[in-house]
Parts: sequence; structure tokens; C-alpha cells
Amino acid sequence: MVPDELKQYIGKVDPPHVREVEKGAIRRYADAVGNDNPLYYDEEYASKSRYGGIISPPGFFGWSAKAVAASEGIVGLMTAMINAGYAGILDGGMSYEFYLPVRVGDTLVVSPKVKDVTAKEGKSGIMMICQFETTYLNQNGDPVAKATQNLIGRKL
Amino acid sequence: MEKEQIYWEDVEVGTELPTLPKIAHSLMLVKWAGASGDFNPHHYEDAFGKSQGTGGTIVHGLLKHAWLIQLVTNWMGDEGFMKKFSCQYRGLDYPRLMKTMNEPQDGETWLCKGKVTNKYVDGEEHCLDLEIGVENGKGEMTTPGTATVILPSRG
Repeated sequence: MVPDELKQYIGKVDPPHVREVEKGAIRRYADAVGNDNPLYYDEEYASKSRYGGIISPPGFFGWSAKAVAASEGIVGLMTAMINAGYAGILDGGMSYEFYLPVRVGDTLVVSPKVKDVTAKEGKSGIMMICQFETTYLNQNGDPVAKATQNLIGRKL
Repeated sequence: MEKEQIYWEDVEVGTELPTLPKIAHSLMLVKWAGASGDFNPHHYEDAFGKSQGTGGTIVHGLLKHAWLIQLVTNWMGDEGFMKKFSCQYRGLDYPRLMKTMNEPQDGETWLCKGKVTNKYVDGEEHCLDLEIGVENGKGEMTTPGTATVILPSRG
């Protein structure tokens, strides 16, 4: 059973954030992962590719984690989870549909929403599974990607 | 830098992707936190990790997800397009500590692996479904996943 104080967040849609895709952010991200594909940092190489310029690796949108994690729905739901005793919060997984590449200079409109909260019996008792869905549109209004993330709350 | 492009016709169901080895260490986790904007102390403070019931500092799920994306994008080449991706963080992973300012201690190496499970044409798109995952040093799959990519066709 999902407690009412968590259930009330289901369907909560946050006002969209607008984020600019920055060259330096992509380079730092690729470097942190250890991904040395020149498409992500070398202007000359990328300009000769099919993309005509630097793109971001799939799954990175400029400031993805920060932008999404700061959304009111997520912050509110995570606080409510902790207050309800589900204070052990872990990332459960991520899935995407990608429609267009993310390019340096794109301005993305990031819209996060709490898609669902469900209860599941796990090894260490009942867990709450919070599903967040985030859509990304570019400056032309074209869909770029849809991301779905599961955060899991366990009692400690 | 010239990279060889793989084509849809070159691939069969069962084709394995070249394994991508990775070493998670403290320095990588700190860099990842800064670059991704994920500042959860679970990934740099041992005591906080213990208080969360995971035994200590753990590797970001999203870092392992980024390794898997690298595995697939390296293989599909610049002409390939990743259409779908999914992974689940089933097992916890613990980073190596540092021996020097930039060298990790001896320890676990993770292996990102993948293979082709389905090959089909969807409209104009030449698609491949992949089964992917991160294995820890004991050979346990901690981060299984799937992906769908579009490759260029010679046809």
C-alpha cells in the first residue's frame, strides 16, 4: 500500500526548466565517464561528422541530473518518502527513448513529472518505487528524448 | 582520426560487442558528481553510505549507465543512432580507493558487455536490439540492460 502522503504526488507535473546545452559541460561529462569519442569535444572532427558539430552522448542533456533532481515534484516526493520512514533512497534504473541528437547550443525545455508511485515487497520489506518521467524538447519544439527514472525508497 | 563504421549487414543475432573494461575509483566518482550535477553524499562519504544501509560509498548508478552507453555508442559508430536504452541497478558496486593522486589501488575491474538479440527493419530503420550489462570483478551482473540502435545499411 502506498501511503496517501506519497500518493498525492502521482501525476504532479513541474513547470518546465529551460537549459542551454554547453560545450564545456559535455566535455567534462565525457571526461568523467572516460569516454574519449572526439564527437563530444573535437570541433574539427565533429564538424566533418554527420552531425556537423559537437553532440552530447546519449543520456546527457547538459545538466540532466541537476535539472531533474531539483524539480519540485521530485524534491517534494523525496522529502515525503523520508518523512514516511522510507529514508533509504537508491536509484533503481533508467530508460530512454531518443528521437534527436543533443547538440551544443541547443536550448532544451525539460519537463519532469511524477509518473507513478508503487509499493513492492523486497528482500528487506516493503519498498516504494517512484517513477519519474522527463521529456526534453529542443528550441524548435521537436521532441529530443523521454527519460524514465525509478527511485526506490527502503525503510532503514 | 579515422574510425571504422559498422553496417547493419555486418551484424548477426549473437554478435558480441567488444567488452569495455572500467575501473570505478574515488577520483572518478568525484569527477562524475561534478560533471553530472549529482551531489548525493552517498557517493563520496562512507559514513553516510553506512547510514543508508549500503555499507559505504557506492558507485553512481548513472555512472554505470554512462559506461553502458559508451559501450554501445563506441560499437555503433558515428553513423549509428541509439533509439532506446534501459538499465537497472540490481547490485551495489564499491569504488577502489586511490593509491596516488591519480592512480587507483589494485582491486576490482568492471566489464561492460553486450550482444545482439534481434535484427530487423522497422520502416526505413535498420534496427538491432542488444542485451547489455556491467559485470563486477566477481563476474556478477550488477547492471543489466537493453538497447535498440539503428545502423546504416549498405543496401
